[in-house]
Amino acid sequence: MTWLTEPFRHEFMQRALFGCVLIGFTNGCLSAFIVLRRLALMADALSHSLLPGLAIGIMLFGLTPSSLFFGALVAALLVALGAEIISRSSRVKEDTSLGILYTVAFSAGIVLLSFSKVRVELHHYLFGNILGLANGDLWIIFGISAVILPLLVILQRPLLLTLFDSTVAASQGVHVGALNYLLLSMLVLSMISSLQAVGVVLALGLLTAPAATVYLFSDSFAALFWGGGILGMAGSSIGLFISYELNLPSGACIVLALGFAFCAAYLFSPRYGVLTRHIRRRHLHEQSLARWKCTVTSQSCPAPERNKT
Amino acid sequence: MSAHHRLEIKDLTVSYHRAPAIHHVTAEVECGSCVALLGPNGAGKSTLLKAIVGIVPPETGSVTFHSGAMRKSAADIAYLPQRSAIDWDFPITVRGMVETGCYLRLGMWRFFRKEDDARVDAALERMRLQDLAGRQISALSGGQQQRAFLARALAQDAHVFLLDEPFAGLDKSSQESLGRTLRELAGRENLIIASHHDLKSVPEMFDHALFLNGELIAFGETKDVFTEANIAATFDTEIFSGA
Repeated sequence: MTWLTEPFRHEFMQRALFGCVLIGFTNGCLSAFIVLRRLALMADALSHSLLPGLAIGIMLFGLTPSSLFFGALVAALLVALGAEIISRSSRVKEDTSLGILYTVAFSAGIVLLSFSKVRVELHHYLFGNILGLANGDLWIIFGISAVILPLLVILQRPLLLTLFDSTVAASQGVHVGALNYLLLSMLVLSMISSLQAVGVVLALGLLTAPAATVYLFSDSFAALFWGGGILGMAGSSIGLFISYELNLPSGACIVLALGFAFCAAYLFSPRYGVLTRHIRRRHLHEQSLARWKCTVTSQSCPAPERNKT
Repeated sequence: MSAHHRLEIKDLTVSYHRAPAIHHVTAEVECGSCVALLGPNGAGKSTLLKAIVGIVPPETGSVTFHSGAMRKSAADIAYLPQRSAIDWDFPITVRGMVETGCYLRLGMWRFFRKEDDARVDAALERMRLQDLAGRQISALSGGQQQRAFLARALAQDAHVFLLDEPFAGLDKSSQESLGRTLRELAGRENLIIASHHDLKSVPEMFDHALFLNGELIAFGETKDVFTEANIAATFDTEIFSGA
Protein backbone atom coordinates (compact mmCIF):
# COMPACT_ATOMS: atom_id res chain seq x y z
CA MET A 1 0.00 0.00 0.00
CA THR A 2 3.02 2.31 0.05
CA TRP A 3 2.31 3.23 -3.58
CA LEU A 4 -0.93 4.78 -2.29
CA THR A 5 0.60 6.80 0.52
CA GLU A 6 3.91 7.64 -1.13
CA PRO A 7 2.71 10.75 -3.01
CA PHE A 8 1.26 12.21 0.19
CA ARG A 9 4.62 12.26 1.95
CA HIS A 10 5.24 15.54 0.14
CA GLU A 11 3.84 18.57 1.93
CA PHE A 12 2.44 20.11 -1.26
CA MET A 13 0.48 16.89 -1.89
CA GLN A 14 -0.86 16.87 1.66
CA ARG A 15 -2.11 20.43 1.16
CA ALA A 16 -3.54 19.48 -2.21
CA LEU A 17 -5.35 16.47 -0.71
CA PHE A 18 -6.75 18.59 2.10
CA GLY A 19 -7.98 21.13 -0.45
CA CYS A 20 -9.46 18.36 -2.63
CA VAL A 21 -11.37 16.81 0.25
CA LEU A 22 -12.84 20.15 1.38
CA ILE A 23 -13.64 21.54 -2.06
CA GLY A 24 -14.86 18.19 -3.37
CA PHE A 25 -17.21 17.60 -0.46
CA THR A 26 -18.59 21.16 -0.27
CA ASN A 27 -19.07 21.58 -4.01
CA GLY A 28 -20.43 18.03 -4.25
CA CYS A 29 -23.10 18.73 -1.61
CA LEU A 30 -23.95 22.06 -3.25
CA SER A 31 -24.17 20.37 -6.65
CA ALA A 32 -27.46 18.73 -5.57
CA PHE A 33 -29.05 22.18 -5.49
CA ILE A 34 -27.31 23.39 -8.67
CA VAL A 35 -28.58 20.36 -10.62
CA LEU A 36 -32.16 20.48 -9.30
CA ARG A 37 -32.44 24.29 -9.55
CA ARG A 38 -30.89 24.11 -13.04
CA LEU A 39 -28.26 26.69 -12.17
CA ALA A 40 -25.38 25.14 -14.16
CA LEU A 41 -25.36 27.82 -16.85
CA MET A 42 -25.75 30.55 -14.26
CA ALA A 43 -22.72 29.10 -12.48
CA ASP A 44 -20.77 29.14 -15.73
CA ALA A 45 -21.63 32.79 -16.30
CA LEU A 46 -20.73 33.73 -12.74
CA SER A 47 -17.42 31.91 -12.98
CA HIS A 48 -16.34 34.19 -15.85
CA SER A 49 -17.58 37.31 -14.09
CA LEU A 50 -15.03 36.86 -11.28
CA LEU A 51 -12.20 38.12 -13.49
CA PRO A 52 -12.65 41.95 -13.25
CA GLY A 53 -12.97 41.64 -9.47
CA LEU A 54 -9.73 39.69 -9.32
CA ALA A 55 -8.04 42.28 -11.53
CA ILE A 56 -9.21 45.23 -9.41
CA GLY A 57 -8.33 43.35 -6.21
CA ILE A 58 -4.79 42.73 -7.50
CA MET A 59 -4.37 46.31 -8.72
CA LEU A 60 -5.53 47.85 -5.45
CA PHE A 61 -4.21 45.43 -2.84
CA GLY A 62 -1.67 43.21 -4.61
CA LEU A 63 -1.73 39.46 -5.19
CA THR A 64 -2.96 38.16 -1.83
CA PRO A 65 -5.63 35.53 -1.08
CA SER A 66 -7.86 38.10 0.66
CA SER A 67 -7.67 40.65 -2.20
CA LEU A 68 -8.59 37.90 -4.66
CA PHE A 69 -11.40 36.71 -2.41
CA PHE A 70 -13.09 40.10 -1.91
CA GLY A 71 -12.53 41.24 -5.49
CA ALA A 72 -14.09 38.06 -6.88
CA LEU A 73 -16.95 38.14 -4.39
CA VAL A 74 -17.94 41.72 -5.20
CA ALA A 75 -17.68 41.19 -8.98
CA ALA A 76 -19.78 38.02 -8.99
CA LEU A 77 -22.45 39.48 -6.72
CA LEU A 78 -22.64 42.63 -8.86
CA VAL A 79 -23.13 40.58 -12.02
CA ALA A 80 -25.69 38.24 -10.41
CA LEU A 81 -27.68 41.10 -8.87
CA GLY A 82 -27.25 43.28 -11.98
CA ALA A 83 -28.76 40.56 -14.15
CA GLU A 84 -31.68 40.27 -11.75
CA ILE A 85 -32.23 44.06 -11.67
CA ILE A 86 -32.10 44.42 -15.48
CA SER A 87 -34.54 41.53 -16.00
CA ARG A 88 -36.98 42.90 -13.43
CA SER A 89 -36.87 46.49 -14.62
CA SER A 90 -37.01 45.90 -18.40
CA ARG A 91 -38.30 43.52 -21.05
CA VAL A 92 -34.92 41.76 -21.27
CA LYS A 93 -35.04 38.28 -19.73
CA GLU A 94 -32.59 37.14 -17.07
CA ASP A 95 -30.58 34.71 -19.22
CA THR A 96 -29.96 37.45 -21.80
CA SER A 97 -29.00 40.09 -19.24
CA LEU A 98 -26.69 37.58 -17.54
CA GLY A 99 -25.13 36.67 -20.90
CA ILE A 100 -24.42 40.34 -21.63
CA LEU A 101 -23.16 41.20 -18.16
CA TYR A 102 -20.80 38.27 -17.74
CA THR A 103 -19.16 38.68 -21.16
CA VAL A 104 -18.76 42.43 -20.49
CA ALA A 105 -17.31 41.63 -17.06
CA PHE A 106 -14.92 39.03 -18.49
CA SER A 107 -13.74 41.47 -21.18
CA ALA A 108 -13.32 44.24 -18.61
CA GLY A 109 -11.27 41.83 -16.52
CA ILE A 110 -8.91 41.07 -19.41
CA VAL A 111 -8.48 44.79 -20.20
CA LEU A 112 -7.91 45.63 -16.53
CA LEU A 113 -5.32 42.86 -16.17
CA SER A 114 -3.33 44.37 -19.01
CA PHE A 115 -2.86 47.49 -16.84
CA SER A 116 -1.80 45.43 -13.82
CA LYS A 117 1.86 45.45 -12.83
CA VAL A 118 1.47 41.97 -11.33
CA ARG A 119 1.61 39.33 -14.01
CA VAL A 120 -1.38 37.01 -13.80
CA GLU A 121 -1.65 33.95 -15.99
CA LEU A 122 -5.17 33.67 -17.44
CA HIS A 123 -4.52 29.96 -17.77
CA HIS A 124 -4.03 29.78 -13.99
CA TYR A 125 -7.37 31.56 -13.40
CA LEU A 126 -9.20 29.21 -15.74
CA PHE A 127 -7.62 25.92 -14.67
CA GLY A 128 -6.11 26.54 -11.22
CA ASN A 129 -3.11 24.95 -9.58
CA ILE A 130 -3.99 22.72 -6.66
CA LEU A 131 -0.35 21.75 -6.14
CA GLY A 132 0.48 25.36 -5.33
CA LEU A 133 -2.05 25.90 -2.52
CA ALA A 134 -0.70 28.23 0.17
CA ASN A 135 -1.82 28.38 3.79
CA GLY A 136 -3.95 31.45 3.05
CA ASP A 137 -5.74 29.59 0.24
CA LEU A 138 -6.45 26.63 2.53
CA TRP A 139 -7.86 28.93 5.20
CA ILE A 140 -10.22 30.53 2.66
CA ILE A 141 -11.32 27.10 1.41
CA PHE A 142 -11.85 25.94 5.00
CA GLY A 143 -13.75 29.11 5.95
CA ILE A 144 -16.06 28.92 2.93
CA SER A 145 -16.79 25.23 3.58
CA ALA A 146 -17.49 26.05 7.24
CA VAL A 147 -20.12 28.58 6.09
CA ILE A 148 -21.72 26.67 3.22
CA LEU A 149 -22.04 23.16 4.67
CA PRO A 150 -23.86 24.07 7.93
CA LEU A 151 -26.14 26.42 5.99
CA LEU A 152 -27.07 23.69 3.51
CA VAL A 153 -27.77 21.23 6.32
CA ILE A 154 -29.80 23.69 8.40
CA LEU A 155 -31.83 24.95 5.45
CA GLN A 156 -32.26 21.57 3.79
CA ARG A 157 -36.03 21.33 4.37
CA PRO A 158 -37.02 24.80 3.10
CA LEU A 159 -34.54 24.46 0.22
CA LEU A 160 -35.99 21.07 -0.71
CA LEU A 161 -39.53 22.49 -0.71
CA THR A 162 -38.43 25.48 -2.79
CA LEU A 163 -36.70 23.30 -5.35
CA PHE A 164 -39.60 20.85 -5.57
CA ASP A 165 -42.30 23.49 -5.95
CA SER A 166 -41.69 27.12 -5.07
CA THR A 167 -45.43 27.91 -4.96
CA VAL A 168 -46.11 25.26 -2.33
CA ALA A 169 -43.01 26.42 -0.42
CA ALA A 170 -44.25 30.03 -0.47
CA SER A 171 -47.69 28.87 0.71
CA GLN A 172 -45.97 27.35 3.76
CA GLY A 173 -44.26 30.61 4.65
CA VAL A 174 -40.86 29.82 3.11
CA HIS A 175 -39.07 32.98 1.92
CA VAL A 176 -38.45 31.62 -1.56
CA GLY A 177 -36.81 34.78 -2.97
CA ALA A 178 -34.39 35.09 -0.05
CA LEU A 179 -33.46 31.40 -0.31
CA ASN A 180 -32.75 31.77 -4.03
CA TYR A 181 -30.43 34.73 -3.36
CA LEU A 182 -28.73 32.75 -0.61
CA LEU A 183 -28.21 29.80 -2.95
CA LEU A 184 -26.66 32.12 -5.53
CA SER A 185 -24.37 33.61 -2.88
CA MET A 186 -23.26 30.13 -1.81
CA LEU A 187 -22.59 29.31 -5.45
CA VAL A 188 -20.36 32.38 -5.77
CA LEU A 189 -18.53 31.51 -2.55
CA SER A 190 -17.88 27.94 -3.67
CA MET A 191 -16.59 29.24 -7.02
CA ILE A 192 -14.12 31.43 -5.18
CA SER A 193 -13.09 28.56 -2.96
CA SER A 194 -12.33 26.46 -6.06
CA LEU A 195 -10.56 29.29 -7.88
CA GLN A 196 -7.00 28.61 -6.77
CA ALA A 197 -7.39 24.84 -6.73
CA VAL A 198 -9.05 23.88 -10.00
CA GLY A 199 -9.83 27.23 -11.63
CA VAL A 200 -13.23 28.60 -12.53
CA VAL A 201 -13.87 26.43 -15.58
CA LEU A 202 -13.20 23.16 -13.79
CA ALA A 203 -15.05 24.35 -10.68
CA LEU A 204 -18.20 24.08 -12.74
CA GLY A 205 -17.51 20.36 -13.21
CA LEU A 206 -17.24 19.92 -9.44
CA LEU A 207 -20.50 21.82 -9.02
CA THR A 208 -22.53 19.67 -11.39
CA ALA A 209 -21.02 16.22 -12.02
CA PRO A 210 -21.27 14.69 -8.50
CA ALA A 211 -25.02 15.24 -8.00
CA ALA A 212 -25.79 14.57 -11.68
CA THR A 213 -24.10 11.16 -11.27
CA VAL A 214 -26.02 10.26 -8.09
CA TYR A 215 -29.23 11.57 -9.76
CA LEU A 216 -28.93 8.68 -12.20
CA PHE A 217 -28.79 6.18 -9.33
CA SER A 218 -31.21 7.32 -6.70
CA ASP A 219 -34.65 8.79 -6.06
CA SER A 220 -33.68 10.18 -2.68
CA PHE A 221 -32.77 13.81 -2.14
CA ALA A 222 -30.65 12.89 0.88
CA ALA A 223 -28.64 10.49 -1.30
CA LEU A 224 -28.18 13.27 -3.85
CA PHE A 225 -26.92 15.67 -1.17
CA TRP A 226 -24.59 13.41 0.85
CA GLY A 227 -23.75 11.11 -2.05
CA GLY A 228 -22.81 14.15 -4.15
CA GLY A 229 -20.50 15.32 -1.37
CA ILE A 230 -18.83 11.91 -0.97
CA LEU A 231 -18.48 11.44 -4.73
CA GLY A 232 -17.04 14.96 -5.12
CA MET A 233 -14.53 14.25 -2.37
CA ALA A 234 -13.57 10.79 -3.70
CA GLY A 235 -13.41 11.92 -7.34
CA SER A 236 -11.19 14.89 -6.46
CA SER A 237 -8.81 12.74 -4.40
CA ILE A 238 -8.59 10.01 -7.06
CA GLY A 239 -8.05 12.64 -9.77
CA LEU A 240 -5.26 14.21 -7.73
CA PHE A 241 -3.60 10.83 -7.21
CA ILE A 242 -3.77 9.97 -10.91
CA SER A 243 -2.40 13.38 -11.89
CA TYR A 244 0.61 12.78 -9.60
CA GLU A 245 1.27 9.26 -10.83
CA LEU A 246 0.95 10.08 -14.52
CA ASN A 247 2.38 13.61 -14.25
CA LEU A 248 -0.72 15.23 -15.75
CA PRO A 249 -2.51 18.55 -14.96
CA SER A 250 -4.25 18.05 -11.62
CA GLY A 251 -7.46 20.13 -12.12
CA ALA A 252 -8.20 18.44 -15.43
CA CYS A 253 -7.60 14.97 -13.93
CA ILE A 254 -10.04 15.72 -11.09
CA VAL A 255 -12.82 16.72 -13.48
CA LEU A 256 -12.01 13.78 -15.78
CA ALA A 257 -12.38 11.38 -12.82
CA LEU A 258 -15.81 12.87 -12.07
CA GLY A 259 -16.71 12.82 -15.76
CA PHE A 260 -15.79 9.13 -15.92
CA ALA A 261 -18.12 8.40 -12.97
CA PHE A 262 -20.92 10.33 -14.70
CA CYS A 263 -20.46 8.43 -17.98
CA ALA A 264 -20.48 5.10 -16.11
CA ALA A 265 -23.71 6.08 -14.35
CA TYR A 266 -25.26 7.31 -17.60
CA LEU A 267 -24.61 3.96 -19.24
CA PHE A 268 -24.81 1.40 -16.44
CA SER A 269 -26.90 2.80 -13.57
CA PRO A 270 -29.25 -0.03 -12.50
CA ARG A 271 -32.23 2.33 -12.47
CA TYR A 272 -31.71 5.05 -15.05
CA GLY A 273 -28.71 3.86 -17.10
CA VAL A 274 -29.25 3.98 -20.85
CA LEU A 275 -27.78 0.53 -21.53
CA THR A 276 -29.43 -1.01 -18.48
CA ARG A 277 -32.82 0.29 -19.60
CA HIS A 278 -32.26 -1.20 -23.01
CA ILE A 279 -31.33 -4.61 -21.56
CA ARG A 280 -34.23 -4.56 -19.11
CA ARG A 281 -36.75 -3.80 -21.88
CA ARG A 282 -35.65 -6.89 -23.79
CA HIS A 283 -35.99 -8.93 -20.64
CA LEU A 284 -39.59 -7.77 -20.16
CA HIS A 285 -40.39 -8.61 -23.75
CA GLU A 286 -38.99 -12.12 -23.35
CA GLN A 287 -40.96 -12.52 -20.17
CA SER A 288 -44.22 -11.54 -21.83
CA LEU A 289 -43.41 -13.83 -24.78
CA ALA A 290 -42.90 -16.74 -22.37
CA ARG A 291 -46.23 -16.03 -20.69
CA TRP A 292 -47.97 -15.81 -24.06
CA LYS A 293 -46.47 -19.16 -25.10
CA CYS A 294 -47.73 -20.90 -21.96
CA THR A 295 -51.17 -19.38 -22.46
CA VAL A 296 -51.26 -20.78 -25.99
CA THR A 297 -50.09 -24.24 -24.85
CA SER A 298 -52.43 -24.13 -21.79
CA GLN A 299 -49.56 -24.69 -19.36
CA SER A 300 -49.43 -23.02 -15.95
CA CYS A 301 -47.84 -19.63 -16.47
CA PRO A 302 -45.32 -17.87 -14.22
CA ALA A 303 -46.74 -14.85 -12.44
CA PRO A 304 -45.82 -11.55 -14.11
CA GLU A 305 -42.86 -9.88 -12.45
CA ARG A 306 -43.72 -6.39 -11.26
CA ASN A 307 -41.51 -3.43 -11.96
CA LYS A 308 -39.54 -2.68 -8.88
CA THR A 309 -38.89 1.00 -8.32
CA MET B 1 -62.54 21.37 13.14
CA SER B 2 -66.21 22.18 13.57
CA ALA B 3 -68.53 23.22 10.79
CA HIS B 4 -68.82 26.84 11.87
CA HIS B 5 -65.20 27.56 10.91
CA ARG B 6 -65.31 29.60 7.80
CA LEU B 7 -63.19 31.16 5.12
CA GLU B 8 -64.08 34.79 4.50
CA ILE B 9 -63.01 36.66 1.41
CA LYS B 10 -63.82 40.36 1.62
CA ASP B 11 -63.57 42.84 -1.24
CA LEU B 12 -60.48 41.06 -2.62
CA THR B 13 -58.65 42.66 -5.55
CA VAL B 14 -55.37 41.25 -6.86
CA SER B 15 -53.44 42.87 -9.68
CA TYR B 16 -50.37 42.11 -11.74
CA HIS B 17 -48.49 45.22 -12.89
CA ARG B 18 -51.47 47.39 -11.87
CA ALA B 19 -53.99 45.46 -14.03
CA PRO B 20 -56.47 43.67 -11.76
CA ALA B 21 -56.66 39.91 -12.32
CA ILE B 22 -59.56 39.61 -9.88
CA HIS B 23 -61.66 42.52 -8.80
CA HIS B 24 -63.54 43.11 -5.53
CA VAL B 25 -64.44 39.49 -4.83
CA THR B 26 -66.47 38.80 -1.70
CA ALA B 27 -67.50 35.30 -0.60
CA GLU B 28 -67.91 33.33 2.59
CA VAL B 29 -67.79 29.56 2.86
CA GLU B 30 -67.92 27.09 5.73
CA CYS B 31 -65.79 24.02 6.36
CA GLY B 32 -67.48 20.87 5.13
CA SER B 33 -68.13 22.34 1.68
CA CYS B 34 -66.81 21.27 -1.69
CA VAL B 35 -66.57 24.35 -3.90
CA ALA B 36 -66.09 24.41 -7.68
CA LEU B 37 -64.24 27.46 -8.94
CA LEU B 38 -65.59 28.03 -12.45
CA GLY B 39 -64.58 30.44 -15.18
CA PRO B 40 -62.90 30.68 -18.59
CA ASN B 41 -59.12 30.77 -19.05
CA GLY B 42 -57.76 34.03 -17.67
CA ALA B 43 -60.75 34.53 -15.38
CA GLY B 44 -58.49 34.66 -12.31
CA LYS B 45 -59.16 31.22 -10.81
CA SER B 46 -55.50 30.45 -10.08
CA THR B 47 -54.97 34.01 -8.87
CA LEU B 48 -57.87 33.67 -6.43
CA LEU B 49 -56.45 30.40 -5.06
CA LYS B 50 -52.97 31.95 -4.71
CA ALA B 51 -54.44 35.02 -3.02
CA ILE B 52 -56.32 32.84 -0.54
CA VAL B 53 -53.15 30.98 0.39
CA GLY B 54 -51.22 34.26 0.57
CA ILE B 55 -48.72 33.72 -2.26
CA VAL B 56 -49.83 36.87 -4.12
CA PRO B 57 -50.55 39.98 -2.07
CA PRO B 58 -54.01 41.59 -2.22
CA GLU B 59 -54.39 45.08 -3.69
CA THR B 60 -57.50 45.62 -1.58
CA GLY B 61 -59.56 43.52 0.81
CA SER B 62 -58.64 40.54 2.95
CA VAL B 63 -58.90 36.78 3.36
CA THR B 64 -59.43 35.35 6.83
CA PHE B 65 -59.83 31.80 8.09
CA HIS B 66 -61.27 31.05 11.50
CA SER B 67 -61.35 34.86 11.98
CA GLY B 68 -57.55 35.08 11.72
CA ALA B 69 -55.16 36.24 9.00
CA MET B 70 -54.20 33.54 6.52
CA ARG B 71 -50.47 33.78 7.34
CA LYS B 72 -51.25 32.63 10.88
CA SER B 73 -53.21 29.68 9.49
CA ALA B 74 -50.49 28.38 7.13
CA ALA B 75 -50.71 24.86 8.58
CA ASP B 76 -54.48 24.80 8.05
CA ILE B 77 -54.27 25.61 4.36
CA ALA B 78 -52.85 23.28 1.73
CA TYR B 79 -52.27 24.50 -1.81
CA LEU B 80 -52.10 21.80 -4.47
CA PRO B 81 -50.48 23.18 -7.65
CA GLN B 82 -51.33 22.21 -11.21
CA ARG B 83 -49.64 18.95 -12.12
CA SER B 84 -47.96 20.64 -15.09
CA ALA B 85 -46.12 22.94 -12.66
CA ILE B 86 -44.24 20.06 -11.02
CA ASP B 87 -40.86 18.62 -12.02
CA TRP B 88 -41.88 14.94 -11.93
CA ASP B 89 -38.25 13.79 -12.30
CA PHE B 90 -37.44 15.30 -8.91
CA PRO B 91 -35.60 12.70 -6.82
CA ILE B 92 -38.30 12.01 -4.29
CA THR B 93 -40.53 9.04 -3.55
CA VAL B 94 -44.26 9.22 -2.82
CA ARG B 95 -43.58 8.76 0.88
CA GLY B 96 -40.83 11.39 0.79
CA MET B 97 -43.24 13.87 -0.78
CA VAL B 98 -45.94 13.13 1.79
CA GLU B 99 -43.35 13.59 4.54
CA THR B 100 -42.73 17.17 3.36
CA GLY B 101 -46.24 17.88 4.67
CA CYS B 102 -44.80 17.50 8.19
CA TYR B 103 -42.06 20.12 7.65
CA LEU B 104 -44.20 23.06 8.73
CA ARG B 105 -44.92 21.40 12.07
CA LEU B 106 -41.38 20.06 12.57
CA GLY B 107 -39.60 23.23 11.49
CA MET B 108 -36.01 23.10 10.28
CA TRP B 109 -34.55 21.13 13.16
CA ARG B 110 -36.72 18.48 14.71
CA PHE B 111 -36.39 14.86 13.65
CA PHE B 112 -39.36 12.77 12.57
CA ARG B 113 -40.94 11.14 15.62
CA LYS B 114 -43.10 8.03 15.76
CA GLU B 115 -46.29 10.09 15.63
CA ASP B 116 -45.08 11.88 12.50
CA ASP B 117 -44.36 8.55 10.80
CA ALA B 118 -47.78 7.32 11.90
CA ARG B 119 -49.39 10.45 10.47
CA VAL B 120 -47.64 9.87 7.13
CA ASP B 121 -48.69 6.19 7.15
CA ALA B 122 -52.30 7.17 7.88
CA ALA B 123 -52.30 9.78 5.09
CA LEU B 124 -50.92 7.24 2.59
CA GLU B 125 -53.50 4.68 3.65
CA ARG B 126 -56.42 7.09 3.40
CA MET B 127 -55.37 7.98 -0.12
CA ARG B 128 -54.83 4.27 -0.95
CA LEU B 129 -51.15 4.82 -1.75
CA GLN B 130 -49.46 2.58 0.83
CA ASP B 131 -48.40 0.05 -1.83
CA LEU B 132 -46.90 2.80 -3.98
CA ALA B 133 -45.09 4.64 -1.18
CA GLY B 134 -41.61 3.64 -2.37
CA ARG B 135 -42.16 4.71 -5.97
CA GLN B 136 -40.58 7.74 -7.54
CA ILE B 137 -43.37 10.26 -8.12
CA SER B 138 -43.26 10.11 -11.93
CA ALA B 139 -44.11 6.38 -11.75
CA LEU B 140 -47.69 7.23 -10.71
CA SER B 141 -50.75 7.78 -12.88
CA GLY B 142 -52.32 11.25 -13.00
CA GLY B 143 -55.03 10.32 -10.49
CA GLN B 144 -52.48 8.77 -8.14
CA GLN B 145 -50.34 11.91 -8.38
CA GLN B 146 -53.30 14.03 -7.28
CA ARG B 147 -53.98 11.61 -4.42
CA ALA B 148 -50.29 11.87 -3.41
CA PHE B 149 -50.68 15.65 -3.15
CA LEU B 150 -53.84 15.17 -1.08
CA ALA B 151 -51.95 12.74 1.19
CA ARG B 152 -49.27 15.40 1.60
CA ALA B 153 -51.97 17.87 2.65
CA LEU B 154 -53.41 15.30 5.10
CA ALA B 155 -49.96 14.78 6.65
CA GLN B 156 -49.82 18.55 7.05
CA ASP B 157 -53.11 18.25 8.96
CA ALA B 158 -54.66 20.85 6.68
CA HIS B 159 -58.36 21.71 6.80
CA VAL B 160 -58.62 23.84 3.69
CA PHE B 161 -57.57 22.22 0.41
CA LEU B 162 -57.04 24.56 -2.52
CA LEU B 163 -56.65 22.60 -5.77
CA ASP B 164 -55.60 24.17 -9.06
CA GLU B 165 -57.09 22.22 -11.99
CA PRO B 166 -56.95 18.84 -10.20
CA PHE B 167 -58.98 17.07 -12.89
CA ALA B 168 -56.89 18.26 -15.86
CA GLY B 169 -55.53 15.37 -17.90
CA LEU B 170 -57.35 12.65 -15.92
CA ASP B 171 -59.50 10.03 -17.63
CA LYS B 172 -63.17 9.65 -16.68
CA SER B 173 -62.75 6.94 -14.05
CA SER B 174 -59.83 8.78 -12.41
CA GLN B 175 -61.93 11.96 -12.39
CA GLU B 176 -64.78 10.15 -10.68
CA SER B 177 -62.45 8.53 -8.16
CA LEU B 178 -60.81 11.88 -7.33
CA GLY B 179 -64.28 13.49 -7.08
CA ARG B 180 -65.32 10.84 -4.53
CA THR B 181 -62.12 11.43 -2.55
CA LEU B 182 -62.74 15.19 -2.46
CA ARG B 183 -66.36 14.72 -1.32
CA GLU B 184 -65.17 12.30 1.36
CA LEU B 185 -62.68 14.92 2.59
CA ALA B 186 -65.42 17.56 2.63
CA GLY B 187 -67.59 15.10 4.56
CA ARG B 188 -64.96 15.15 7.32
CA GLU B 189 -65.43 18.89 7.81
CA ASN B 190 -62.64 19.94 5.47
CA LEU B 191 -63.12 22.78 3.00
CA ILE B 192 -62.33 21.92 -0.62
CA ILE B 193 -61.97 24.62 -3.27
CA ALA B 194 -61.01 23.36 -6.73
CA SER B 195 -60.80 25.19 -10.04
CA HIS B 196 -62.66 23.13 -12.60
CA HIS B 197 -63.45 23.13 -16.34
CA ASP B 198 -65.87 20.28 -16.94
CA LEU B 199 -69.27 21.92 -16.34
CA LYS B 200 -71.21 18.66 -16.81
CA SER B 201 -69.69 17.07 -13.72
CA VAL B 202 -70.16 20.08 -11.41
CA PRO B 203 -73.58 19.16 -9.88
CA GLU B 204 -72.52 15.63 -8.93
CA MET B 205 -69.06 16.56 -7.61
CA PHE B 206 -69.50 19.91 -5.86
CA ASP B 207 -72.09 21.23 -3.42
CA HIS B 208 -71.07 24.88 -3.97
CA ALA B 209 -70.06 26.77 -7.09
CA LEU B 210 -68.25 30.07 -7.50
CA PHE B 211 -68.51 31.67 -10.95
CA LEU B 212 -65.62 34.00 -11.67
CA ASN B 213 -64.68 36.13 -14.64
CA GLY B 214 -62.39 38.79 -13.23
CA GLU B 215 -65.36 39.77 -11.07
CA LEU B 216 -67.51 37.46 -9.00
CA ILE B 217 -70.51 36.47 -11.13
CA ALA B 218 -72.30 34.21 -8.64
CA PHE B 219 -71.58 32.15 -5.54
CA GLY B 220 -73.77 29.78 -3.56
CA GLU B 221 -75.05 26.25 -3.35
CA THR B 222 -74.74 24.44 -6.66
CA LYS B 223 -78.48 23.74 -6.84
CA ASP B 224 -79.18 27.49 -6.62
CA VAL B 225 -76.44 29.10 -8.72
CA PHE B 226 -75.60 26.47 -11.34
CA THR B 227 -77.96 28.01 -13.88
CA GLU B 228 -77.82 28.65 -17.61
CA ALA B 229 -77.88 32.39 -16.93
CA ASN B 230 -74.82 32.29 -14.64
CA ILE B 231 -72.93 29.97 -17.00
CA ALA B 232 -73.66 32.34 -19.91
CA ALA B 233 -72.72 35.40 -17.87
CA THR B 234 -69.40 33.77 -16.92
CA PHE B 235 -68.32 32.12 -20.13
CA ASP B 236 -69.94 34.25 -22.85
CA THR B 237 -68.74 37.67 -21.72
CA GLU B 238 -65.53 39.59 -22.18
CA ILE B 239 -62.99 38.96 -19.44
CA PHE B 240 -62.61 41.92 -17.14
CA SER B 241 -59.16 43.29 -17.86
CA GLY B 242 -59.08 46.29 -15.59
CA ALA B 243 -58.50 48.58 -18.57
